[in-house]
Amino acid sequence: MIVYLLTTFLFVLGLYCLVAKKNIIKKIIGVITMEYAANLFLILVGYKARGIAPILTKGASKTEFVTKSVDPLPQALVLTAIVIGLGTIALMVALCIRLYERYGTFDMSEIRRLRG
Amino acid sequence: MNHILPLFIAFPLGAAFLMLILAKLWRRIGGLFAFLISLCLVIFSISNIGKEPSIYRMGNWPPPWGIVLVSDGLSTLLLLTISVIAFLVIIFSLQYMDRYTAKPKYYALFMLLVGGMNGVVLTGDFFNLFVFLEIASIASYALVAFGCEHEELEASFKYLILSGVASTFILLGIAILYSLTGTLNMADVARTIGTKGVNSAVLFCTSLFIMGFGLKAALVPFHPWLPDAHPAAPAPISAMLSGVLIKALGVYALIRLIFNVFGLSSFISSVLMVLGGLSMVVAGLLAIGQDDLKRMLAYSSISQIGYVVVGLALGTPLGIVGGLFHLMNHATFKALLFLSSGAIEYSTDTRKLSLMGGLSQRMPVTTTSATVGFLSISGVPPLNGFWSKLIIVIALVQAGHYILASVAVLVSFLTILYFMKVQRNLFFGDLPAKLAKIKEVPSLMRIALVVLAIMCLAMGLLYPLLSSTVLNPARDVLLKGTAYVQTVFGL
Repeated sequence: MIVYLLTTFLFVLGLYCLVAKKNIIKKIIGVITMEYAANLFLILVGYKARGIAPILTKGASKTEFVTKSVDPLPQALVLTAIVIGLGTIALMVALCIRLYERYGTFDMSEIRRLRG
Repeated sequence: MNHILPLFIAFPLGAAFLMLILAKLWRRIGGLFAFLISLCLVIFSISNIGKEPSIYRMGNWPPPWGIVLVSDGLSTLLLLTISVIAFLVIIFSLQYMDRYTAKPKYYALFMLLVGGMNGVVLTGDFFNLFVFLEIASIASYALVAFGCEHEELEASFKYLILSGVASTFILLGIAILYSLTGTLNMADVARTIGTKGVNSAVLFCTSLFIMGFGLKAALVPFHPWLPDAHPAAPAPISAMLSGVLIKALGVYALIRLIFNVFGLSSFISSVLMVLGGLSMVVAGLLAIGQDDLKRMLAYSSISQIGYVVVGLALGTPLGIVGGLFHLMNHATFKALLFLSSGAIEYSTDTRKLSLMGGLSQRMPVTTTSATVGFLSISGVPPLNGFWSKLIIVIALVQAGHYILASVAVLVSFLTILYFMKVQRNLFFGDLPAKLAKIKEVPSLMRIALVVLAIMCLAMGLLYPLLSSTVLNPARDVLLKGTAYVQTVFGL
């Protein structure tokens, strides 16, 4: 239970960082933290304490395999989600660099040409 | 097995990567290649009309275990909208994009956008939905920033951050749903929820999805990115984003999950109607004060999406038909209007309404087609916008939502009001001295505008044909609700 609470805390921390910080690099860190919290939650869904790898070998008992093996699907999903996250973060950082070239600042409150 | 379905995704995705390689050999290949691919997609999607629901099993694994692509009435409607609009926008881009550099990259990103949207519309699997959603979103972030000027970068960053949060919410929703049901296949999730019953965790997932997909659809509390992002993009991309992206990624995904997976309850229905009603009114009021043409069109998109959501959330047969019809119509006339704004910007180099006037003397084709668009979005008979708004209002009255019905009518007047203002500022009055030498836009751009204007008229006049071939099958999919399970497993 405590692990789930910590994951929620991480998620909320990321959201706070995203909303409260003005520096766009810190905002990016907030988004990353949120993504990691979601990934961590997805891993926890398939986690079993003292689980075994979900590979059925010859001669292994099937009941033990069913009760003890961890769920491999969330791990595959998390790998995909991490790669997607990487793409998003790369784009964010690239935009950040361009924004700095144009505006000469990382402060979101000074990057305000669009209104209304 | 329907073997055309994977091609809807494979063609544009393959083209996106091939194009960049081939462009090293011949620089102009991008436009031609994109044109051919989008033409193929139009042919595929037209051939898909009127067919029975069908699925494609990836690697021939049966549904709960393997990944499936599902094509039913609703997917067919969206596929048709996406491919027709994408095709016309590509024709427009061929000449419009001459003023930008890096054209092969533009067309490659465009193809990724189309591939991602087709994937979202066809997939029958939660995680694939997320993956395709991200493909389309990442392509759209890059396309919004395509000009690389101050405004473009700022808008794209804002869009990226907000949309990134939405994606995280959606991923979290999928994770919770997986831990509840132990499956990712949409039909299987629907079946499991059907047997277990809706508990608070399912409601929590629904709220996460409403937040996530609502942000992608730019419903009112979640809308602030849209009025920045859509005007900042190049005009053809604004047409794609406002015309189809917010519908495929936002409205379609939301209604597919709520109707076919969770089942529409009266509580969720009223939440969506409140969001839709708010979108109509707030965005309609904000649109009046805008001086930037594209920014005003962007606000009006939010307002019209409100109509679509209200119609669909009503859940009655007439309301659903109205919502779906308005979705198609909005894709047509908003693409037309954004392309017209691009044509005007192409000729005059400005988007400020206060700096323009008298364009009708110089740009007769653009003026005529844009006027058709303005009349259509304001709901003037016999153009398509009138019929869909009328159906939505009648459906609201039938269901006893008198307040919302009167709000819908009032917002319709509001729409006429701000488009009258635009019409007067743009096309009538005196031509400013600075614009005395402007010319009509090149031929391909005119063709795209005229075809869209004719479509606005035709969709209004040929409503009976459209309703029997496209709208009614889509309505039946939504009305049957969680019978979606049988569609997927019975095939």
